[in-house]
Amino acid sequence: MAKYTVKIEVRFKPGVLDPQGETIKHALFNLGYDNVESVKTGKLFWVELESNTVENAIQTVRQLADKLLANPVIEDFEVVSRK
Amino acid sequence: MKFGVVIFPGSNCDFDSYQAIKTTAVGDVCYLWHGSTSLNGCNVIILPGGFSYGDYLRSGAIARFSPIMRAVVDFAKKGGLVIGICNGFQVLLEVGLLVGAMRKNLGMRFVCKDVYLKVENNRTRFTRKCPDGKALRMPIAHAEGNYFADEETLKMLHDENRIVFRYCDKKGDINPENNPNGALENIAGIINKEGNVLGMMPHPERACERILGSEDGRFIFESIVAERVE
Repeated sequence: MAKYTVKIEVRFKPGVLDPQGETIKHALFNLGYDNVESVKTGKLFWVELESNTVENAIQTVRQLADKLLANPVIEDFEVVSRK
Repeated sequence: MKFGVVIFPGSNCDFDSYQAIKTTAVGDVCYLWHGSTSLNGCNVIILPGGFSYGDYLRSGAIARFSPIMRAVVDFAKKGGLVIGICNGFQVLLEVGLLVGAMRKNLGMRFVCKDVYLKVENNRTRFTRKCPDGKALRMPIAHAEGNYFADEETLKMLHDENRIVFRYCDKKGDINPENNPNGALENIAGIINKEGNVLGMMPHPERACERILGSEDGRFIFESIVAERVE
C-alpha cells in the first residue's frame, strides 16, 4: 500500500449556465478586461488515499467523484494529476 | 395522517414546518433525526428548508447520504408521500427522487421575498385543493433555486404534466420579470412520475397564518390530507 494524492477537477457541462462565471466576467469587463470572452468556474479536489496501485487509486477517486463530488446532471469531472 | 419533519444538521425550517402542521391541524407531526433509520410510522415526510451540512459541496449533496434518507427513498419508492421544500427540494434532486439540478441563482444573490406561484397542475396529491387560476403567494429564501434540466428531461416533464408550480405575477402571468432566480421556464416546483414526491423552492409552511402575510400555503397541506379526487 502506498499513499497517493489524486487531483480532480469538477466543472459545469457545456451548455449549463454558470452564474458565478458570468458575474466574474462582468466584473473583469468593468476592470477594463474587455477582451475576456468567457469565464467558467469549477472546483478542484485533492483526495489523499491509500491504495496498492496508482490505477486503483484513480479508479476509487473516479467512483467517489461520480457519487459525491460531481452532480452528473450539470457537472463533468476529470482526473487532472496524481502523485 | 402523521407528518414527519426531518432534521438535518443545518435545517432551519424544521420548526416552521412542524408549526404549519399544528396550525393547519391537518394531522399529527413529529421530528425525524437525520441519523435515524426509521420513519416512526409517518405517512408524509417533509424535508424542510435550511442549509443542511452548511450547503458544503452543493446544496443537498451531503444530506442525501444521511441514514434517514435511505428510509425516505424506500418509503418514496413504495408510494409514500414526500414533500421537499427549498433545501428539501435540493436534497430530492441530489438523491434522484426528482429530476434536474439546482444552480446558483442568476445574479448570484440570496433572494428572500414573497413571490406568486401559478399552479400548473392542481390534480396532484399536493395541489388538489388549490383553486383554479389562483396565483398563490408565499415566500422564497434561497441562493440556489435556479432550476436546470436538459432538453430531454424538460420535454418529459412537459409531456407528463409534472411541472407543478411556476413563478408568475399577481395575475398568474408568467414572464421573465417574475423569475426570481433564473430557473428554467420559471419552474418553482416539480413532481415525480408517480405523483408522490413533490419538490418546491417556495415555502408554503411560512404562509399558513394571516399574521405572516399569506395563508396560501395551507392549500398545499390541506391537499395532502384531502380525499382523493380522481
